[in-house]
Amino acid sequence: MIKLSTAQLWVNDQDEALEFYTKKLGMEVRSDVTMAELGNFRWLTVGPPGQPDISIVLMAVPGPPVMDADTAEQVKSLMAKGFAGTVFFTTDDVYADYEALKSRGVEFSEAPEERPYGVDSGFRDPSGNSFRLTQVTELSGV
Amino acid sequence: MTFVPTGRHLLRAKDLADARYFEPLDVDDLARAAGLSRAHFSREFRRAFGESPHAYLLTRRLERAAALLRTTDRSVADICFSVGLQSLGSFTTSFTRTFGVSPTAYRAEFPPASNWARVPACVVRVYGRPQRSTFREDNGGGQN
Repeated sequence: MIKLSTAQLWVNDQDEALEFYTKKLGMEVRSDVTMAELGNFRWLTVGPPGQPDISIVLMAVPGPPVMDADTAEQVKSLMAKGFAGTVFFTTDDVYADYEALKSRGVEFSEAPEERPYGVDSGFRDPSGNSFRLTQVTELSGV
Repeated sequence: MTFVPTGRHLLRAKDLADARYFEPLDVDDLARAAGLSRAHFSREFRRAFGESPHAYLLTRRLERAAALLRTTDRSVADICFSVGLQSLGSFTTSFTRTFGVSPTAYRAEFPPASNWARVPACVVRVYGRPQRSTFREDNGGGQN
């Protein structure tokens, strides 16, 4: 059986990302390992407390020779412009989480609004990555 | 501190348009959110996202208005004001130019059953945004 275990996001600054994902979003650090033998590559993963088998890699955009400078610039630019991908979170109380996250300085691009499938909102991390936070009220037929 | 690409500041302005389109926001507010002068902001925004901030804000409002026409029975005037537009006359004109039909005719094209497609709001927002045509508001008056 194939299971989802880990997904990767580019981030502009791993320290800034770590602070955001743990202190603002309330995620746990799953691993934070810097490998001298790999040019100080830092493997940094976080995940939601209730889901120990799922984590997100917060990956710094590498330079040459891993990634050429032009490509790195393009990745950073796409991320900053908000086009590097979206992660979808669900919650059982979107209004409470919205208030809590907002009070910790999370930038919302959409306040919670009622939709046919539930109450949906959207926010970003400091790098520009996009997140949905949804309280799903109806799952039948999806 | 890592260098933050300009795009991130522009994205903050774009997010402001998406988040608070229902308020009387204008391009000056968006420029302030990006921390750039208005002229510089408009130029950089267009370079990053391919359209003027004015057009982006207007199409966000028109996209929301279209969604409300499809999914609610609220009056056209009510919808116009609730998406942050001040004038019913210019709303009707912009809407008709953009969608090719008046708000009332647009609503009539959609049977209520279509309301229940379970597509995430972010998809509706992005894919429902009308293609930018030439808005009269874009020319002159330093609107863009």
